[in-house]
Amino acid sequence: MSVIIPVAIVSGLGLFFGVGLSIASKVFEVKTDERIGKVREMLPGANCGACGFSGCDGLAEAIVNEGVSPDRCPVGGASMVKKISEFMGMAANEVVKKEARVMCNGTCDNAQLKYKYEGIRDCHAANLLAGGAGSCGYGCLGLGSCKEVCPFDAIVIENGVARIIQEKCTGCGKCVAECPKKIIHLVPVTSGFTVFCSNKEKGAVARKACKVACIACRMCAKVCPVNAIDVSDNLAVIDPEKCINCGECEKVCPQNCISDSRARVLA
Amino acid sequence: MKELLAILIGAVLVENFVLSKFLGICPFLGVSKKTSTAVGMSGAVIFVLVLSQAVTWLVNHYLLVPYELEYLQTIVFILVIATLVQLVETFLKKMIPALYKALGVYLPLITTNCAVLGSALLFVERNYSFIQAVVFGFAAGLGFTLALILFSGVRERLETCDIPEAFKGMPITLIAASLVSISFMGFASLILP
Repeated sequence: MSVIIPVAIVSGLGLFFGVGLSIASKVFEVKTDERIGKVREMLPGANCGACGFSGCDGLAEAIVNEGVSPDRCPVGGASMVKKISEFMGMAANEVVKKEARVMCNGTCDNAQLKYKYEGIRDCHAANLLAGGAGSCGYGCLGLGSCKEVCPFDAIVIENGVARIIQEKCTGCGKCVAECPKKIIHLVPVTSGFTVFCSNKEKGAVARKACKVACIACRMCAKVCPVNAIDVSDNLAVIDPEKCINCGECEKVCPQNCISDSRARVLA
Repeated sequence: MKELLAILIGAVLVENFVLSKFLGICPFLGVSKKTSTAVGMSGAVIFVLVLSQAVTWLVNHYLLVPYELEYLQTIVFILVIATLVQLVETFLKKMIPALYKALGVYLPLITTNCAVLGSALLFVERNYSFIQAVVFGFAAGLGFTLALILFSGVRERLETCDIPEAFKGMPITLIAASLVSISFMGFASLILP
Protein backbone atom coordinates (compact mmCIF):
# COMPACT_ATOMS: atom_id res chain seq x y z
CA MET A 1 0.00 0.00 0.00
CA SER A 2 2.78 2.39 0.93
CA VAL A 3 3.91 2.37 -2.70
CA ILE A 4 0.64 3.71 -4.01
CA ILE A 5 0.70 7.11 -2.31
CA PRO A 6 4.11 8.26 -3.63
CA VAL A 7 3.32 6.93 -7.10
CA ALA A 8 -0.02 8.70 -7.05
CA ILE A 9 1.49 11.96 -5.86
CA VAL A 10 4.30 12.05 -8.38
CA SER A 11 2.15 11.02 -11.31
CA GLY A 12 -0.58 13.39 -10.13
CA LEU A 13 1.90 16.25 -10.06
CA GLY A 14 3.18 15.26 -13.48
CA LEU A 15 -0.32 15.20 -14.88
CA PHE A 16 -1.15 18.55 -13.27
CA PHE A 17 1.99 20.22 -14.66
CA GLY A 18 1.50 18.64 -18.05
CA VAL A 19 -2.05 19.91 -18.34
CA GLY A 20 -0.97 23.30 -17.01
CA LEU A 21 1.78 23.57 -19.60
CA SER A 22 -0.44 22.62 -22.48
CA ILE A 23 -2.99 25.21 -21.39
CA ALA A 24 -0.23 27.81 -21.12
CA SER A 25 1.08 26.96 -24.56
CA LYS A 26 -2.41 27.55 -25.94
CA VAL A 27 -2.85 30.81 -24.06
CA PHE A 28 0.56 32.16 -24.99
CA GLU A 29 0.54 30.76 -28.49
CA VAL A 30 2.63 32.68 -30.97
CA LYS A 31 1.52 32.50 -34.56
CA THR A 32 4.50 31.42 -36.60
CA ASP A 33 4.74 30.89 -40.30
CA GLU A 34 4.37 27.14 -40.70
CA ARG A 35 6.94 27.20 -43.47
CA ILE A 36 9.60 28.05 -40.86
CA GLY A 37 9.14 24.65 -39.25
CA LYS A 38 9.33 22.90 -42.62
CA VAL A 39 12.50 24.74 -43.63
CA ARG A 40 13.93 24.07 -40.20
CA GLU A 41 13.46 20.35 -40.75
CA MET A 42 15.33 20.50 -44.05
CA LEU A 43 18.31 22.21 -42.46
CA PRO A 44 20.96 19.96 -40.92
CA GLY A 45 20.02 20.84 -37.33
CA ALA A 46 23.62 21.05 -36.17
CA ASN A 47 23.07 24.57 -34.72
CA CYS A 48 26.69 25.39 -35.50
CA GLY A 49 25.97 29.06 -36.15
CA ALA A 50 28.24 29.18 -39.19
CA CYS A 51 25.49 30.86 -41.18
CA GLY A 52 25.77 33.85 -38.88
CA PHE A 53 22.35 33.35 -37.33
CA SER A 54 21.58 32.01 -33.87
CA GLY A 55 21.37 28.41 -35.08
CA CYS A 56 19.21 26.51 -37.55
CA ASP A 57 16.00 28.05 -36.19
CA GLY A 58 17.39 31.51 -36.77
CA LEU A 59 18.38 30.72 -40.33
CA ALA A 60 15.02 29.08 -41.10
CA GLU A 61 13.27 32.21 -39.88
CA ALA A 62 15.54 34.43 -41.97
CA ILE A 63 14.99 32.29 -45.08
CA VAL A 64 11.23 32.52 -44.77
CA ASN A 65 10.83 36.09 -43.52
CA GLU A 66 13.73 37.94 -45.09
CA GLY A 67 14.38 35.85 -48.16
CA VAL A 68 17.92 34.97 -47.13
CA SER A 69 19.48 32.42 -49.44
CA PRO A 70 19.63 28.88 -48.01
CA ASP A 71 23.21 28.52 -49.20
CA ARG A 72 24.19 30.51 -46.14
CA CYS A 73 24.24 27.11 -44.51
CA PRO A 74 27.63 25.63 -45.38
CA VAL A 75 26.86 22.24 -43.84
CA GLY A 76 23.83 21.07 -45.82
CA GLY A 77 25.41 21.03 -49.25
CA ALA A 78 23.94 21.54 -52.70
CA SER A 79 21.09 19.03 -52.38
CA MET A 80 19.72 20.76 -49.29
CA VAL A 81 20.01 24.20 -50.90
CA LYS A 82 18.12 22.92 -53.92
CA LYS A 83 15.43 21.34 -51.79
CA ILE A 84 14.80 24.49 -49.77
CA SER A 85 14.95 26.71 -52.84
CA GLU A 86 12.31 24.59 -54.51
CA PHE A 87 10.17 24.61 -51.40
CA MET A 88 10.41 28.36 -51.05
CA GLY A 89 9.80 28.86 -54.75
CA MET A 90 13.15 30.53 -55.35
CA ALA A 91 14.76 29.76 -58.64
CA ALA A 92 17.88 27.69 -58.08
CA ASN A 93 19.98 29.95 -60.28
CA GLU A 94 19.31 32.85 -57.95
CA VAL A 95 21.47 31.05 -55.46
CA VAL A 96 24.95 32.29 -56.21
CA LYS A 97 27.61 31.06 -53.88
CA LYS A 98 29.68 33.81 -52.38
CA GLU A 99 33.11 33.83 -50.90
CA ALA A 100 35.05 36.33 -48.83
CA ARG A 101 37.90 38.28 -50.35
CA VAL A 102 40.42 40.47 -48.58
CA MET A 103 40.67 43.64 -50.64
CA CYS A 104 44.29 44.31 -49.83
CA ASN A 105 47.60 43.15 -51.18
CA GLY A 106 49.76 45.21 -48.83
CA THR A 107 52.20 42.51 -47.81
CA CYS A 108 55.32 43.27 -45.78
CA ASP A 109 57.23 43.78 -49.06
CA ASN A 110 54.66 46.05 -50.65
CA ALA A 111 53.43 48.31 -47.85
CA GLN A 112 55.39 50.82 -45.81
CA LEU A 113 55.24 51.07 -42.03
CA LYS A 114 54.79 54.26 -40.08
CA TYR A 115 55.74 52.76 -36.72
CA LYS A 116 56.53 49.42 -35.14
CA TYR A 117 53.58 47.85 -33.39
CA GLU A 118 54.34 45.68 -30.38
CA GLY A 119 50.97 45.58 -28.65
CA ILE A 120 48.26 42.99 -28.34
CA ARG A 121 48.06 40.70 -31.35
CA ASP A 122 44.59 41.80 -32.28
CA CYS A 123 43.44 43.96 -35.18
CA HIS A 124 40.92 45.92 -33.11
CA ALA A 125 43.59 46.87 -30.57
CA ALA A 126 46.10 47.82 -33.27
CA ASN A 127 43.47 49.86 -35.11
CA LEU A 128 43.06 52.06 -32.02
CA LEU A 129 46.68 53.18 -32.30
CA ALA A 130 46.48 55.70 -35.15
CA GLY A 131 44.72 53.17 -37.38
CA GLY A 132 47.43 50.54 -37.22
CA ALA A 133 51.11 50.41 -38.07
CA GLY A 134 50.82 50.53 -41.85
CA SER A 135 51.33 53.76 -43.75
CA CYS A 136 48.18 52.91 -45.63
CA GLY A 137 45.27 53.65 -43.36
CA TYR A 138 43.00 51.31 -45.29
CA GLY A 139 45.08 48.16 -45.49
CA CYS A 140 45.02 44.79 -43.77
CA LEU A 141 46.58 44.92 -40.31
CA GLY A 142 47.61 41.29 -40.57
CA LEU A 143 47.06 40.43 -36.92
CA GLY A 144 44.47 37.80 -37.69
CA SER A 145 41.28 38.84 -35.95
CA CYS A 146 39.44 37.42 -38.96
CA LYS A 147 41.41 34.19 -38.68
CA GLU A 148 40.29 33.87 -35.05
CA VAL A 149 36.58 34.08 -35.89
CA CYS A 150 36.65 31.89 -39.01
CA PRO A 151 34.80 28.68 -38.15
CA PHE A 152 36.36 26.82 -41.08
CA ASP A 153 40.06 27.63 -40.77
CA ALA A 154 39.80 29.24 -44.18
CA ILE A 155 42.00 32.25 -43.42
CA VAL A 156 45.77 32.35 -43.25
CA ILE A 157 48.02 35.30 -42.58
CA GLU A 158 50.66 35.36 -45.27
CA ASN A 159 53.42 37.90 -45.22
CA GLY A 160 51.36 40.32 -43.15
CA VAL A 161 48.11 40.07 -45.07
CA ALA A 162 45.10 37.85 -44.47
CA ARG A 163 44.34 35.51 -47.35
CA ILE A 164 41.18 33.45 -47.79
CA ILE A 165 41.61 29.81 -48.77
CA GLN A 166 38.84 29.66 -51.34
CA GLU A 167 38.28 25.90 -51.14
CA LYS A 168 37.42 26.22 -47.46
CA CYS A 169 35.51 29.51 -47.51
CA THR A 170 31.76 29.06 -47.21
CA GLY A 171 30.85 32.73 -47.41
CA CYS A 172 29.42 32.84 -43.89
CA GLY A 173 30.56 36.43 -43.52
CA LYS A 174 31.91 36.24 -39.98
CA CYS A 175 35.24 37.74 -41.02
CA VAL A 176 33.45 40.52 -42.89
CA ALA A 177 31.79 41.58 -39.66
CA GLU A 178 34.97 41.19 -37.62
CA CYS A 179 37.44 43.17 -39.75
CA PRO A 180 37.95 46.63 -38.19
CA LYS A 181 39.16 47.99 -41.53
CA LYS A 182 36.10 46.63 -43.37
CA ILE A 183 38.23 45.39 -46.24
CA ILE A 184 36.80 41.88 -46.45
CA HIS A 185 33.89 41.65 -48.87
CA LEU A 186 31.60 38.87 -49.96
CA VAL A 187 31.86 38.39 -53.71
CA PRO A 188 30.17 35.81 -55.96
CA VAL A 189 32.63 33.01 -56.68
CA THR A 190 31.91 33.29 -60.39
CA SER A 191 33.48 36.71 -60.64
CA GLY A 192 37.22 36.38 -60.84
CA PHE A 193 38.81 39.76 -61.36
CA THR A 194 39.08 41.86 -58.26
CA VAL A 195 40.80 45.09 -57.28
CA PHE A 196 42.88 43.96 -54.32
CA CYS A 197 43.14 47.39 -52.75
CA SER A 198 40.95 49.53 -50.53
CA ASN A 199 42.99 52.72 -50.41
CA LYS A 200 40.91 55.85 -50.95
CA GLU A 201 43.80 58.31 -50.79
CA LYS A 202 44.89 60.28 -53.86
CA GLY A 203 47.20 58.40 -56.22
CA ALA A 204 50.49 59.91 -55.08
CA VAL A 205 49.77 59.36 -51.40
CA ALA A 206 48.55 55.83 -52.01
CA ARG A 207 51.60 54.94 -54.07
CA LYS A 208 53.92 56.19 -51.37
CA ALA A 209 52.23 53.98 -48.78
CA CYS A 210 52.10 50.82 -50.85
CA LYS A 211 53.66 49.53 -54.05
CA VAL A 212 50.48 47.85 -55.23
CA ALA A 213 47.93 50.52 -54.29
CA CYS A 214 45.17 51.55 -56.64
CA ILE A 215 46.01 55.08 -57.82
CA ALA A 216 42.67 55.61 -59.55
CA CYS A 217 44.29 56.16 -62.96
CA ARG A 218 41.11 54.92 -64.67
CA MET A 219 43.01 52.77 -67.15
CA CYS A 220 40.94 49.76 -66.19
CA ALA A 221 37.67 51.68 -66.47
CA LYS A 222 38.60 52.88 -69.96
CA VAL A 223 39.56 49.46 -71.23
CA CYS A 224 36.61 47.59 -69.74
CA PRO A 225 34.25 46.55 -72.57
CA VAL A 226 31.16 46.34 -70.36
CA ASN A 227 31.69 49.36 -68.10
CA ALA A 228 31.85 47.17 -65.05
CA ILE A 229 34.49 49.25 -63.31
CA ASP A 230 33.57 52.30 -61.34
CA VAL A 231 36.29 54.64 -60.11
CA SER A 232 35.12 56.86 -57.30
CA ASP A 233 36.76 58.02 -54.07
CA ASN A 234 40.14 57.38 -55.71
CA LEU A 235 39.50 53.66 -55.86
CA ALA A 236 38.48 51.32 -58.66
CA VAL A 237 35.74 48.83 -57.85
CA ILE A 238 34.65 46.03 -60.17
CA ASP A 239 30.95 45.25 -60.23
CA PRO A 240 30.75 41.44 -60.13
CA GLU A 241 27.28 41.55 -61.67
CA LYS A 242 28.56 43.15 -64.87
CA CYS A 243 32.07 41.68 -65.06
CA ILE A 244 32.51 39.17 -67.88
CA ASN A 245 35.95 38.00 -66.72
CA CYS A 246 37.71 39.15 -69.90
CA GLY A 247 40.83 40.12 -67.98
CA GLU A 248 41.60 43.34 -69.91
CA CYS A 249 41.80 45.34 -66.69
CA GLU A 250 44.47 43.11 -65.23
CA LYS A 251 46.63 43.61 -68.32
CA VAL A 252 46.54 47.41 -68.24
CA CYS A 253 46.76 48.04 -64.49
CA PRO A 254 50.08 49.80 -63.94
CA GLN A 255 50.06 49.01 -60.22
CA ASN A 256 49.25 45.31 -60.60
CA CYS A 257 46.52 45.55 -58.02
CA ILE A 258 43.91 43.75 -60.15
CA SER A 259 44.20 40.01 -60.39
CA ASP A 260 42.09 36.97 -61.08
CA SER A 261 41.25 35.33 -57.81
CA ARG A 262 40.09 32.18 -59.58
CA ALA A 263 43.60 31.67 -60.89
CA ARG A 264 44.69 31.04 -57.34
CA VAL A 265 42.25 28.16 -57.11
CA LEU A 266 43.11 26.64 -60.45
CA ALA A 267 46.84 26.90 -59.97
CA MET B 1 12.43 41.41 9.37
CA LYS B 2 15.96 41.30 10.68
CA GLU B 3 16.05 37.60 9.97
CA LEU B 4 15.01 38.15 6.36
CA LEU B 5 17.69 40.77 5.94
CA ALA B 6 20.22 38.30 7.31
CA ILE B 7 19.09 35.70 4.79
CA LEU B 8 19.24 38.25 1.98
CA ILE B 9 22.74 39.50 2.71
CA GLY B 10 23.91 36.03 3.62
CA ALA B 11 22.81 34.49 0.32
CA VAL B 12 24.07 37.39 -1.82
CA LEU B 13 27.50 37.90 -0.28
CA VAL B 14 28.56 35.42 2.39
CA GLU B 15 27.34 32.23 0.75
CA ASN B 16 27.12 33.43 -2.82
CA PHE B 17 25.74 30.50 -4.78
CA VAL B 18 28.24 30.66 -7.58
CA LEU B 19 31.37 31.88 -5.88
CA SER B 20 31.12 30.20 -2.47
CA LYS B 21 28.84 27.22 -2.98
CA PHE B 22 29.90 26.54 -6.57
CA LEU B 23 26.35 26.01 -7.77
CA GLY B 24 25.28 27.06 -11.27
CA ILE B 25 28.77 27.02 -12.71
CA CYS B 26 27.54 26.00 -16.17
CA PRO B 27 25.59 29.19 -16.95
CA PHE B 28 28.20 31.16 -15.02
CA LEU B 29 30.83 30.14 -17.58
CA GLY B 30 28.49 29.83 -20.54
CA VAL B 31 26.72 33.18 -20.49
CA SER B 32 29.33 35.46 -18.94
CA LYS B 33 31.05 36.33 -22.20
CA LYS B 34 29.07 39.50 -22.72
CA THR B 35 27.52 41.71 -20.04
CA SER B 36 24.31 42.17 -22.02
CA THR B 37 23.49 38.45 -22.17
CA ALA B 38 24.63 38.06 -18.56
CA VAL B 39 22.01 40.59 -17.47
CA GLY B 40 19.27 38.83 -19.43
CA MET B 41 20.21 35.43 -18.08
CA SER B 42 20.33 36.74 -14.51
CA GLY B 43 16.88 38.22 -14.85
CA ALA B 44 15.50 34.89 -16.01
CA VAL B 45 17.27 33.05 -13.18
CA ILE B 46 15.89 35.40 -10.51
CA PHE B 47 12.41 34.99 -11.93
CA VAL B 48 12.61 31.21 -12.03
CA LEU B 49 14.26 31.00 -8.61
CA VAL B 50 11.59 33.04 -6.82
CA LEU B 51 8.76 31.17 -8.51
CA SER B 52 10.30 27.75 -7.99
CA GLN B 53 11.04 28.48 -4.33
CA ALA B 54 7.41 29.38 -3.75
CA VAL B 55 6.02 26.35 -5.58
CA THR B 56 8.53 23.86 -4.22
CA TRP B 57 7.90 25.11 -0.70
CA LEU B 58 4.17 24.57 -1.09
CA VAL B 59 4.66 21.15 -2.67
CA ASN B 60 7.12 20.16 0.00
CA HIS B 61 5.05 21.44 2.89
CA TYR B 62 1.60 20.26 1.86
CA LEU B 63 2.38 17.13 -0.15
CA LEU B 64 5.71 15.60 0.69
CA VAL B 65 6.02 16.22 4.43
CA PRO B 66 2.48 15.08 5.45
CA TYR B 67 2.93 11.80 3.59
CA GLU B 68 6.52 11.39 4.78
CA LEU B 69 7.83 11.42 1.23
CA GLU B 70 10.87 13.61 1.82
CA TYR B 71 13.00 11.13 -0.09
CA LEU B 72 11.18 12.19 -3.27
CA GLN B 73 12.24 15.81 -2.90
CA THR B 74 14.93 15.77 -5.59
CA ILE B 75 12.77 14.26 -8.30
CA VAL B 76 9.66 16.30 -7.48
CA PHE B 77 11.65 19.55 -7.28
CA ILE B 78 13.24 18.86 -10.65
CA LEU B 79 9.77 18.27 -12.08
CA VAL B 80 8.59 21.60 -10.67
CA ILE B 81 11.64 23.48 -11.96
CA ALA B 82 11.47 21.98 -15.44
CA THR B 83 7.81 22.92 -15.69
CA LEU B 84 8.49 26.46 -14.55
CA VAL B 85 11.28 26.96 -17.04
CA GLN B 86 9.02 25.73 -19.80
CA LEU B 87 6.34 28.12 -18.60
CA VAL B 88 8.74 31.05 -18.52
CA GLU B 89 9.86 30.18 -22.03
CA THR B 90 6.36 30.17 -23.50
CA PHE B 91 5.56 33.34 -21.56
CA LEU B 92 8.65 35.20 -22.82
CA LYS B 93 8.12 34.04 -26.39
CA LYS B 94 4.74 35.73 -26.37
CA MET B 95 5.34 38.75 -24.16
CA ILE B 96 9.00 39.73 -24.53
CA PRO B 97 10.28 38.24 -27.81
CA ALA B 98 13.42 40.37 -27.73
CA LEU B 99 14.53 38.88 -24.42
CA TYR B 100 13.51 35.43 -25.64
CA LYS B 101 15.75 35.84 -28.66
CA ALA B 102 18.64 37.21 -26.63
CA LEU B 103 18.54 34.30 -24.19
CA GLY B 104 18.21 31.75 -26.98
CA VAL B 105 19.51 28.37 -25.96
CA TYR B 106 20.38 29.53 -22.44
CA LEU B 107 16.84 29.69 -21.19
CA PRO B 108 16.28 25.91 -21.31
CA LEU B 109 19.67 25.64 -19.63
CA ILE B 110 18.11 27.04 -16.44
CA THR B 111 16.42 23.65 -16.06
CA THR B 112 19.79 22.15 -15.37
CA ASN B 113 20.99 25.11 -13.34
CA CYS B 114 21.83 23.42 -10.09
CA ALA B 115 21.51 26.74 -8.24
CA VAL B 116 17.75 26.44 -8.65
CA LEU B 117 17.60 22.88 -7.33
CA GLY B 118 20.26 23.70 -4.73
CA SER B 119 18.30 26.53 -3.18
CA ALA B 120 15.18 24.34 -3.10
CA LEU B 121 17.02 21.61 -1.24
CA LEU B 122 18.70 24.12 1.08
CA PHE B 123 15.51 25.70 2.38
CA VAL B 124 14.31 22.24 3.35
CA GLU B 125 17.52 21.57 5.19
CA ARG B 126 17.25 24.87 7.05
CA ASN B 127 13.53 24.62 7.85
CA TYR B 128 12.71 28.00 6.33
CA SER B 129 9.19 29.37 6.43
CA PHE B 130 7.41 30.26 3.18
CA ILE B 131 8.47 33.91 3.23
CA GLN B 132 11.99 33.01 4.22
CA ALA B 133 12.23 30.49 1.39
CA VAL B 134 11.05 33.01 -1.19
CA VAL B 135 13.43 35.67 0.08
CA PHE B 136 16.19 33.10 0.07
CA GLY B 137 15.44 32.26 -3.57
CA PHE B 138 15.39 35.94 -4.53
CA ALA B 139 18.68 36.52 -2.71
CA ALA B 140 20.24 33.49 -4.37
CA GLY B 141 19.21 34.93 -7.73
CA LEU B 142 20.66 38.30 -6.80
CA GLY B 143 23.91 36.64 -5.77
CA PHE B 144 23.98 34.79 -9.08
CA THR B 145 23.38 38.09 -10.89
CA LEU B 146 26.17 39.79 -8.99
CA ALA B 147 28.63 37.01 -9.73
CA LEU B 148 27.64 36.80 -13.39
CA ILE B 149 27.86 40.53 -14.06
CA LEU B 150 31.12 40.98 -12.17
CA PHE B 151 32.64 38.07 -14.01
CA SER B 152 31.40 39.14 -17.43
CA GLY B 153 33.24 42.41 -16.82
CA VAL B 154 36.40 40.47 -16.05
CA ARG B 155 35.96 38.36 -19.17
CA GLU B 156 35.41 41.32 -21.43
CA ARG B 157 38.73 42.66 -20.18
CA LEU B 158 40.39 39.29 -20.74
CA GLU B 159 39.37 39.42 -24.41
CA THR B 160 42.01 41.99 -25.23
CA CYS B 161 44.71 40.70 -22.90
CA ASP B 162 47.89 39.12 -24.13
CA ILE B 163 47.41 35.63 -22.71
CA PRO B 164 49.98 32.84 -23.09
CA GLU B 165 48.92 30.35 -25.74
CA ALA B 166 48.42 27.47 -23.31
CA PHE B 167 46.04 29.50 -21.12
CA LYS B 168 43.82 30.91 -23.84
CA GLY B 169 40.09 30.27 -23.59
CA MET B 170 38.75 28.14 -20.77
CA PRO B 171 41.94 27.80 -18.64
CA ILE B 172 42.34 31.53 -18.05
CA THR B 173 38.60 31.85 -17.52
CA LEU B 174 38.69 29.23 -14.78
CA ILE B 175 41.71 30.87 -13.16
CA ALA B 176 39.97 34.25 -13.23
CA ALA B 177 36.84 32.64 -11.76
CA SER B 178 38.85 31.19 -8.90
CA LEU B 179 40.39 34.60 -8.18
CA VAL B 180 36.96 36.24 -8.09
CA SER B 181 35.79 33.42 -5.83
CA ILE B 182 38.72 33.94 -3.44
CA SER B 183 37.87 37.63 -3.22
CA PHE B 184 34.36 36.67 -2.14
CA MET B 185 35.82 34.68 0.75
CA GLY B 186 36.51 38.06 2.33
CA PHE B 187 32.77 38.32 3.00
CA ALA B 188 32.91 35.24 5.23
CA SER B 189 33.67 37.46 8.21
CA LEU B 190 30.39 39.30 7.63
CA ILE B 191 28.57 36.74 9.76
CA LEU B 192 25.45 38.32 11.17
CA PRO B 193 24.26 37.82 14.70
